[in-house]
Amino acid sequence: MKSAVIVFPGSNCDRDMMVALEAATGRPPVAVWHRETSLPADLDLVALPGGFSYGDYLRSGAIAGRSPVMADVKARAERGLRVLGVCNGFQVLCEAGLLPGALMRNTGIHFVCRDVHLRVDNARTAFTNAYGQGQVIRGHVAHHDGNYFCDDDTLTALEDQGRVAFRYCAADGAVTPDANPNGSRNNIAGVLNAAGNVLGMMPHPERLIAPELGGTDGRGVFDSLVAALADA
Amino acid sequence: MKARVHITLKPGVLDPEGKAIGRGLAALGYDGVGEVRQGKVVELDLADTEPQAARDRVDAMCRDLLANTVIERYEIELI
Repeated sequence: MKSAVIVFPGSNCDRDMMVALEAATGRPPVAVWHRETSLPADLDLVALPGGFSYGDYLRSGAIAGRSPVMADVKARAERGLRVLGVCNGFQVLCEAGLLPGALMRNTGIHFVCRDVHLRVDNARTAFTNAYGQGQVIRGHVAHHDGNYFCDDDTLTALEDQGRVAFRYCAADGAVTPDANPNGSRNNIAGVLNAAGNVLGMMPHPERLIAPELGGTDGRGVFDSLVAALADA
Repeated sequence: MKARVHITLKPGVLDPEGKAIGRGLAALGYDGVGEVRQGKVVELDLADTEPQAARDRVDAMCRDLLANTVIERYEIELI
């Protein structure tokens, strides 16, 4: 699998994302600076990493979402290229219009940095097939603006079309307000576009890919992508 | 010509920062303050000389970058 990681000024999880992708795919991803106007040819995946692109100025992800490279990310995504956005990457995808909704300030105001439980709400996607449907996994969040908001019609569409990939939950899988770290509507932690080739998620799967890092529950996202490509 | 753009969260969209400011005011003893909503102001120094053209251009800027219309509304003031 050939992958690329976009690097924006202020990205700080780009190296972690590259390590995770190399571990899962067996080949190092290409780092692409945001000023590039095109992505490498024959890519199977492009990842937008976490961080604080442009210092979160204006709105988190707003300026990065309009970077030169994003025009090609959009064009290639429309042709089916898989795109994974994590944390700031998720914010960038929403700002760029590749995913619906927006990520607002956490309802508790505080920056939240801790482990959470996630329920895999749709295990039939290119990003989640290595997990079981409804499986509860460990996730790690570190964000100030992770409160997923969309209007009622969009929320209904996301739910009806199985486009909620991950939801914040309690240890037993129950989706409760207490298990919601940021006030996201319907405890949404990760959403897909209508075609299913773009995923944005606030938790960091690349931070949980080895026992030495504290766990391996994030590996499933990368293993799923490798498996989906092998099936194609 | 200058334009001042006021960007606030849409009515109905929860404003956690506004709520925190409201609690801060209450803690200082300012009572009788209802809902607090906060936002941002962007001032633009424009080369335009014709007000309607300036307004149209700033409106396009708001839709393209300055505001996220999923959650925000904006008002343009020419000064």
